[in-house]
Amino acid sequence: MNPRTAVTFSLPARLLHWLMAIMILTMLFVGVGMVATVSERHVWLVQLHKPLGIAILALVIVRLLVRWRYGTPALPADLPPWQRHSAHLSHWMLYALMLAMPLIGWTMLSAGGYPVTLFAGVTLPDLVSPSPTLYSALRFAHTWLALSLFALILLHLAAALYHGLIRRDGVLASMTKGRRKP
Amino acid sequence: MTPKNPPPLNTIFRFTVIGLVVAILATAFAYVGGWLDPGRLTPDRMINTLEDNAGVHEGYRRNHAKGYCVVGSFESNGNAESLSRATVFATGQVSPLIGRLAIPGGNPHADDGMPPIRSFALQFELPNGEQWRTAMNAMPVFPVSTPQAFWELLQASQPDPRSGKPDPAKMGAFFAGHPETKPFLAWVKTARHSSSFVNVEYNSLDAFRFIDAGGTTHFVRWGLVPEAPFTPMTDAQKQDPDFLSHDLRERLDKGPQRWHLIVTVANPGDPTNDATLAWPADRRQIDAGIVTIDRAQDQADGPCRDINYDPLVLPDGIAGSDDPLLSARSAAYSESYNRRTREEAESATSSTQEPRS
Repeated sequence: MNPRTAVTFSLPARLLHWLMAIMILTMLFVGVGMVATVSERHVWLVQLHKPLGIAILALVIVRLLVRWRYGTPALPADLPPWQRHSAHLSHWMLYALMLAMPLIGWTMLSAGGYPVTLFAGVTLPDLVSPSPTLYSALRFAHTWLALSLFALILLHLAAALYHGLIRRDGVLASMTKGRRKP
Repeated sequence: MTPKNPPPLNTIFRFTVIGLVVAILATAFAYVGGWLDPGRLTPDRMINTLEDNAGVHEGYRRNHAKGYCVVGSFESNGNAESLSRATVFATGQVSPLIGRLAIPGGNPHADDGMPPIRSFALQFELPNGEQWRTAMNAMPVFPVSTPQAFWELLQASQPDPRSGKPDPAKMGAFFAGHPETKPFLAWVKTARHSSSFVNVEYNSLDAFRFIDAGGTTHFVRWGLVPEAPFTPMTDAQKQDPDFLSHDLRERLDKGPQRWHLIVTVANPGDPTNDATLAWPADRRQIDAGIVTIDRAQDQADGPCRDINYDPLVLPDGIAGSDDPLLSARSAAYSESYNRRTREEAESATSSTQEPRS
């Protein structure tokens, strides 16, 4: 069928969305939490942050492929143009950040001369040679893009609930439910 | 489909629900990030206190600011292979080292004769991109056992603006309230300043875990025992604020300097979470190999400058213990590293002429 006429997201898209929603929210909380404590939590949060970030990087690539293969349901025809544009812009920003954040984190650690250890004995290759200037720039970007991503997720959540509770136009349901019977 | 028009009151209620969901999530995030928790000891606050005490010296480490890069290697004799599967301990394995010899304190221009403590940080390069980083001190025990107590010690030792020295009353009050500092204070009373970086013993102080090939964990501490015999600081050296670096270069001009990497294995029940307590002297000790230092370089352009000697950068076969100081060191060193690399980057962009620190 033509993806544009689909009423809901495909099952793989929905599964990936909700799995990644949990992972990314966890990641953001882990990230702000681990740099805000000197307690033992710091250590295990850092150890969780790296493999979780790489898993998100892998999943977002799969997700983009799924989106390309299955497409997305069309937005309601009566949606005001500014909301339509905001929806498209914010979604592409979400994808850009999901892709950029793990790559920045990995490159940043390489630039700082840190080994990127996912698990005991599993160390990722360095993406760049050590450079304090690059490290510093990426470290700054990693924090501020993470906060931007969190803000964007709040906006996304508010918009989804607006569709679900106020407009009740089927947009929220397209990500929560399977295809309806005609 | 056509959106329905719910009654106004209902709409207000629904908007309130949306607002609440967003607000709850944002508040939880702010709490976890420490923004709503001013009492929490964060890496930021720890480093701020170090800066309060010593001032901000841009580009330098916030503690152990004065130091020198050294380069060499570690040759394993295989004796520790039965305790740890880390490749660094394989028989005959030679691991390149980038090290740093330093004195404690946040002042990069401090007088070498002031503190009796010297420190030695090492980065071992292992195959497959693994690293082992360790930051050791030339003392037998750490003064305190928790990050909170260390922070309070830093606050108590803040120099008085008039005298430039810590207030003895505040220091006294701190030590009186912290009996765990007794072993350290007893050592300080007898400690003698060494004439050199290379003739003192350095200790990991914190406990770590070695994991052997079978997966069994062994609690250990490690240290470096020098081949050069201890001699105390001379009267002539007391006149030279940089005598440690002068001595280091003189000795390295004559030949490489060596230490034995000694691993001490805990008995069951020995404290692994308290760096103020030394383990009894009869514990099993293993000479794991030789650390050789061939040359030294100024830290301004040396290979150690951009290394954060985070004690939890460890290879497979070595892991942290339940010592709470380890996570605090890891978190605080990282914050210090972030600040000084930012300053380095800023000075590099503002001027390509001036030498960086």
